[in-house]
Amino acid sequence: MARKLPEVDVVLVGFGWTASIIAQELTEAGANVLALERGEWRDTVPDFSVTHIQDELRYAVRKEIFEQTRRETMTFRNKSDQLALPMRELGSFLPASGVGGAGVHWNGQNWRFLPTDFMLRSHNEQHYGKKAIPDDMTIQDWGVTYEQLEPYYDKFEYLCGISGKAGNLGGKIQAGGNPFEGPRRREYPLPPLKRCAATVLFDKAAREVGFHPFPAPAANTSKPYRNTLGVQMGQCTYCGYCEWFGCANYSKASPQTTILPVLLKKDNFSFRTHSSVIRILTDSDGKRATGVVYVDQNDREYIQPAQMVVLCAFAHHNVHLLLVSKIGVPYDPQAGTGVVGRNYAYQVSSSVNVTCKERLNPFMGAGALGQVVDDFNGDNFDHTGKGFLGGGYIALWNTGGRPILQEYLPKGTPKWGAGWKKALHEDYLYSTHMQCHGGVMSYRDNYLDLDPTYKDNYGNPLLRLTFDFHGNEKAMSKFLTDRATEIANAIPNRGINAKPREGDYSIVPYQTTHNTGGAAMGTDPRTSFVNPYLQSWDVPNLWVMGSTVFPQNAGYNPTGTVGALAFWAADAMKRYIRNPQPLVQT
Amino acid sequence: MEQRENIGLDRSCATERCDSPSRRTFLLGSAIFISSSLLLGGCGGGNSTREPVALRFLESDERNFIRAAIDRLIPKDGLGPGAVDAGVDVFIDSQLAGPFGQAAGIYMSGPFRLGAKEQGYQLPFTPAQVYRLGIRRVDEHCRKTLGNVFAQLKPDQQDSILHELEDGKIDLGEIPSPNFFNLLLQNTKEGFLADPIYGGNREFAGWKLIGYPGPRYNYTDHIEQYGKPYDAPFVSLGGEQPVTCRLSDSPTGRFRGPGCEYAQMPAKVHYDALTTTTGKVWPAGNL
Repeated sequence: MARKLPEVDVVLVGFGWTASIIAQELTEAGANVLALERGEWRDTVPDFSVTHIQDELRYAVRKEIFEQTRRETMTFRNKSDQLALPMRELGSFLPASGVGGAGVHWNGQNWRFLPTDFMLRSHNEQHYGKKAIPDDMTIQDWGVTYEQLEPYYDKFEYLCGISGKAGNLGGKIQAGGNPFEGPRRREYPLPPLKRCAATVLFDKAAREVGFHPFPAPAANTSKPYRNTLGVQMGQCTYCGYCEWFGCANYSKASPQTTILPVLLKKDNFSFRTHSSVIRILTDSDGKRATGVVYVDQNDREYIQPAQMVVLCAFAHHNVHLLLVSKIGVPYDPQAGTGVVGRNYAYQVSSSVNVTCKERLNPFMGAGALGQVVDDFNGDNFDHTGKGFLGGGYIALWNTGGRPILQEYLPKGTPKWGAGWKKALHEDYLYSTHMQCHGGVMSYRDNYLDLDPTYKDNYGNPLLRLTFDFHGNEKAMSKFLTDRATEIANAIPNRGINAKPREGDYSIVPYQTTHNTGGAAMGTDPRTSFVNPYLQSWDVPNLWVMGSTVFPQNAGYNPTGTVGALAFWAADAMKRYIRNPQPLVQT
Repeated sequence: MEQRENIGLDRSCATERCDSPSRRTFLLGSAIFISSSLLLGGCGGGNSTREPVALRFLESDERNFIRAAIDRLIPKDGLGPGAVDAGVDVFIDSQLAGPFGQAAGIYMSGPFRLGAKEQGYQLPFTPAQVYRLGIRRVDEHCRKTLGNVFAQLKPDQQDSILHELEDGKIDLGEIPSPNFFNLLLQNTKEGFLADPIYGGNREFAGWKLIGYPGPRYNYTDHIEQYGKPYDAPFVSLGGEQPVTCRLSDSPTGRFRGPGCEYAQMPAKVHYDALTTTTGKVWPAGNL
């Protein structure tokens, strides 16, 4: 029997980036806010201290910092006529668990999407004709524009202390930045990070072949920084342990290093860890959320009533909660109707290893220390005759040269034995790799629903993922990989090993943790679960955050857009609290 | 699931026959650093001068298999020590005895069905069970076809067997041979290249081979010195002396038992589910 707790104004499901932003904004507006986090409490001290966090085996290989599949996973299949089977081991993507969410373990590669990304369908129809978009490609406009989001991108960047160089200030292209980006109101808060040997080589080679490289925008601080909430961050030391690790040095933006020191002091904010939300409750006609049910680590069940419910968990977890709570119309791929589970998308990544003639010392790095070519992202180039839409960036990220997982050896190297040992000896200090990071369109047959067989720890059906790459993504990925190979060939090298993404999507090798969709935002309730303010069409006091609302995926890492959308939605929530009505009338 | 019962997984305690009870308790505690003078040293055997380390999971014949196999996967040669001298057998034994070997955080609910390769691992076996069953089957195969267990074969015979395992050419019954081979290879490379606190990478054998200096914290003054060697002494999370300490349990000591309760790490701030960081008990604590 569940215990019923006293009501709060706002309950947040999860306590990562979006929950921290919403909590900070709404507590400032006077609301009483509670965050429920399924994982544990963790902070820079003692959890990410230098004496133990730089442990590749523990965190990156054994994945201690992530969700454990025993507690929560999903089933997977490529096609809907296949039997879905559980993702027993984490691989392709790594959902977080614990306070700070993925904000603790990300690299800090912080991007804005392109203005055209937000108008994907209308822009492409206008430029390439309606026929350029295949019938089964269910892409749509976001219902929010880059111009509307720009102030919120800026707000997130100044919260995080992003290091970078603007490429477009108010419409004026700036030397040294990304000439393809949308106009920004001001420079980045911090200058770019120092460059390492590999990024210098990449920059020179990319220029030689006619591309436009620039330093990646990084949520790793190039200098000490006091953020917009007055929280002090330290200067990055290039230790090379960002990705899949917590930062020991207060240098990587995370909820812990940017918001929590302020938020946790507030009397009108609280959080509970080890609290897994298993249901969203609604009133009898299903038009109003009344709170959530959660379970603690001793399997005790609680009802937490709330005036507003905000889903801030990892992308597919939000969708799972909606489905098991029977909120919204589940997506039906046959009929093409319904919205919950619709338009799941991902990213398509490939790489090119380069063994250089110059010593690189790859272990000196940072998660977002990279040099990037954005010439082939989105619609930054003419797609006429290319046979695909969309694109991605090509980057040389020097995240840290950690020896177990970063084995970038030349083509033909034996996998074991004396030959492998010799190659590792000769090439480790000289090898690097480029990443092609492509967007994925949404399609009628890529979706999320509930599995009929497998159950989670709480007896709920697992989420079922049906996903495969389509011809558009395969052609685009090949195009990007070929461009990256051109750059690699211009670097003085002893060997190149291009690794295109081929065949069906596999859940096994790590690709990206940029899962999107399933409760898309948009202007039409028939094709979106939330309106352009991330408010549910059906249940106006229920809101969905994160990449769950992306109608399709862009060719960039999602966190910058996730952060901007959270600030954007928080402003709308403040209006809603004053006048609790749907912000868009149907 | 019948197979699982036949594999005899609960013998890990029995394998610690060299341990006194008090020392065993000490070993099994999680996240405790123990001086190398007490514990480290390798398993002995071969031409190594290391003192034997008590086995925690492997039986002695299994240990012999592992030592022979890892000696082929990463051999000792002119470039330096191989996996045996680096203590990779100690590493694998300790990993199999801990949460990794027991698949502690892994979804192991049935039904178990084989699927497409894109769907990933679907066997009902933990890593420890894959080793136990795999080693037994490979030795049976070697005895039948070559007249001796794997560890007693000549190096070129061992290489052939390993290649056949890698290519799926040996029938290991319930376990496809590439599953067994890839797990062994993955753990061997891990043990060679992980921080020495886990028992492998002894005296920085792996890191010295490739030139990785260890978890140095600050490269601010070095990162722009392009092309220059970085020559600070090797360092481990345990310190600058080669292998000064080790975590007694495997890295994911966090989850235990079927319900995934959290085992508390020492020195870790614990927050009860109903307590906030500001110390307030709110609001259910009043109930």
